[in-house]
Amino acid sequence: MSSQVRFTDFKSDKQPTWCPGCGDFGTMNGMMKALANTGNDPDNTFVVAGIGCSGKIGTYMHSYALHGVHGRALPVGAGVKLANPELEVMVAGGDGDGYSIGAGHFIHAVRRNVNMTYVVMDNRIYGLTKGQASPTSRDDFETSTSPQGPKQPPVNPLALALASGASFIAQSFSSDALRHAEIVQEAIEHDGFGFVNVFSPCVTFNDVDTYDYFRDSLVDLKEEGHDETDYEAAKKVILDSEKEYQGVMYRDENAVPYGEAHGVTENMTEIGDGAPEDAMDLVREFY
Amino acid sequence: MPADFNWAIGGEAGDGIDSTGKIFAQALSRAGRHVFTSKDFASRIRGGYTAYKIRTSVDQVQSVVDRLDVLIALTPRTIEENLDELHDGSVIIYDGDRTTMQGVEIPDEMVGLDVPLKSLAEDAGGAIMRNVVALGAACEVTNFPIENLDSALQKRFGNKGQKLVDNNKDAARLGRDYVGDEYDHEFNFNLETTENDYVLLNGDEAIGMGALAAGCRFYSGYPITPATNVMEYLVGRIERYGGHVVQAEDELSAINMALGAARAGARSMTATSGPGIDLMTETFGLIATSETPLVIVDVMRSGPSTGMPTKQEQGDLNQMLYGGHGEIPRFVITPTSIDECFWKTVEAFNLAEKYNIPVYLAADLALAVTEQTYPPEAFDMDQVEIDRGKLVDEDEIDEWLDESEHFRTHALTEDGISPRAKPGTAGGAHMSTGLEHDELGRRTEDTGMRVEQVDKRNRKVETAIERESFDYREFGNPDSDNLVISWGSNEGALVEALDFLAEDDLDVHVISVPYIFPRPDLSEEINAAENVIVVECNNTGQFANILEHDSLRRVQRINKYNGVRFKADELAEDIKETLAETAEVHQ
Repeated sequence: MSSQVRFTDFKSDKQPTWCPGCGDFGTMNGMMKALANTGNDPDNTFVVAGIGCSGKIGTYMHSYALHGVHGRALPVGAGVKLANPELEVMVAGGDGDGYSIGAGHFIHAVRRNVNMTYVVMDNRIYGLTKGQASPTSRDDFETSTSPQGPKQPPVNPLALALASGASFIAQSFSSDALRHAEIVQEAIEHDGFGFVNVFSPCVTFNDVDTYDYFRDSLVDLKEEGHDETDYEAAKKVILDSEKEYQGVMYRDENAVPYGEAHGVTENMTEIGDGAPEDAMDLVREFY
Repeated sequence: MPADFNWAIGGEAGDGIDSTGKIFAQALSRAGRHVFTSKDFASRIRGGYTAYKIRTSVDQVQSVVDRLDVLIALTPRTIEENLDELHDGSVIIYDGDRTTMQGVEIPDEMVGLDVPLKSLAEDAGGAIMRNVVALGAACEVTNFPIENLDSALQKRFGNKGQKLVDNNKDAARLGRDYVGDEYDHEFNFNLETTENDYVLLNGDEAIGMGALAAGCRFYSGYPITPATNVMEYLVGRIERYGGHVVQAEDELSAINMALGAARAGARSMTATSGPGIDLMTETFGLIATSETPLVIVDVMRSGPSTGMPTKQEQGDLNQMLYGGHGEIPRFVITPTSIDECFWKTVEAFNLAEKYNIPVYLAADLALAVTEQTYPPEAFDMDQVEIDRGKLVDEDEIDEWLDESEHFRTHALTEDGISPRAKPGTAGGAHMSTGLEHDELGRRTEDTGMRVEQVDKRNRKVETAIERESFDYREFGNPDSDNLVISWGSNEGALVEALDFLAEDDLDVHVISVPYIFPRPDLSEEINAAENVIVVECNNTGQFANILEHDSLRRVQRINKYNGVRFKADELAEDIKETLAETAEVHQ
């Protein structure tokens, strides 16, 4: 079946309500292409989304999906994957969902290294609530709730991931369709927690981190001869605040995913119609 | 009333009180005696006082009483703390050589047995065994065959080598012989043994075992007293059945992971206490709206806020019934005894999947940490039935597709119950969301569909009320004019209070309620009785308020919220007083 799957099979017939020109269109298209390219189909794919513009993605894609509460999509994804490792689990969120209200879960999801993919549509703004500062907004970015700018350094999600023991860290740009799909595909193929921060510009509320800005400034690590298995090299590009990079920054090929480390590799959704055969042994333990 | 015997060991945290107490409880259970244990964690005075108490009888025991017959006191404070419960002829075993115990005064009417626990333990191989020396002394005092203690020591230390087991057996014998040789006293205790086989377990363990029996394969939780034991029980056991326990980073994560596993199609559970329920409430509405089957265990402790974490309370009823913004359909089940913790857990999983609904299963600290003996047949696994509800497979998908071949996961059915398709089922791909949605699970703000979905979710609760038996348990005289109603863990104390009340020729009808929502309609019983008293461990009478609402009648209340569970004899006194007050008002 997988060979016949086209990326449009992952498209629902619901028309997106994202603003025309929103980066999320490109982000989603890349995710769908990557899913199709890796031999998945809508019936074995589970998409989890949080709240925000990004959270709408579950509606616009066709697959098994849960649109959850704000910031908690990652634990849902872990639960799905551990309960049935045969499923392809993709978690999608925004910078507010993942690095503000869900920042605690992000750190632990990275540490836990469950074999799934996390795509963050980072537009450096709160779009759905109409333009407030996000955790990745620049410190002088003026918004309705921060008229002089947030006056706090933006979160560096890649550094946060690295410090949390990530096994796969990447960044892409929704407008560079080919590279974005390629990078998400690598994240899916990674045996562990594949994290991709996607520059997904907000055309309505962010006039600083625009398509033009990213087009002009983005450096592709693929063209720089970057060795993604080199931790020190990864650290260098991740902590480089002078440049914006796209590409796979870090990949730990020796990291053991949670499922393998804990022996959780079987589908646990099938059970019998009574207690397990030897269940009286559980009672006898209390003698 | 059972011819009971009450025993305790007390000392400071770190004195090995818990494990020593458990060994003696195990010995009694293995000797065919019924056992009911309780724990004093913290002190009425400052300090780290802790005690493990055992009530034992050849008949079933299901409550604590204000009485102690034999006390092993490792600290003077242990005696102070228990003066109210000690009586004429109570025996206190202590080590007068211990620095803190030197010069300790044993009240004249009691029997003090000064036993050199530490030095006898050293003779047997190590000072660490001094508590076991005390257990041997207790065997002598109670005329309890020491071989039963051997068996419990074997269970406790067997995996650490036979030498250690033998040393402990020797230590126990040195304690027994010391009392026999040094004290020429006639002790009037006789712990007779029977041929019966019992198992000894607490409420948390019963919930964990119930979950395994019911097919729970995924558990995520965050450690919190007094619910942690559920997680600790499952770790190491759930793997035998292909399941897994995740210790999450917080309760927000724990419930969302459990939700994820449930969406994947696994039977899934989380357990916590009140502070965790507060956090989980965020996701609770999502579980209900997305119609995900999930069992959430609340092992209640004293609140609000951090409250008294190691103390008893039944204060979360309103939270479980009404917690969360908007109107959330849910079930709330409150098992009334330890064996019922097992059976109600099994039932909770079935209800969750039959009605695609979150189920609160509420125990409390008194049930969670209390151990009680049962015949193993009380947990007959052959009686466990699993009903996965409307879980459809590939062949059944077709009947739930709409004209555009989309799976109607929130189909508007007559009984309100919609189908579930596990991810991986061909043709079943669908989304679900915390947003109001149409039959396909897609967001809608259509006024008609909104009303239809709300009605549908409520309709399945109505269906459950029609199809299920949300019944109550009855004790005492059903024709009595005095009706006492309780929920959760108070049942044992109430049942034993009946015996105390009978001594005063007081006749009482007890109704013990394990289902709070949906719940049995008690209005007829309430309105037929002359006196109605509702017993619960909280201040405001949360259940009493509900019953007044249901029956349109004022009820009397007995509320306890000092952090200590009801005791049978004390509860009998409370009931007597309440009935007397009512009589006065009527005159």
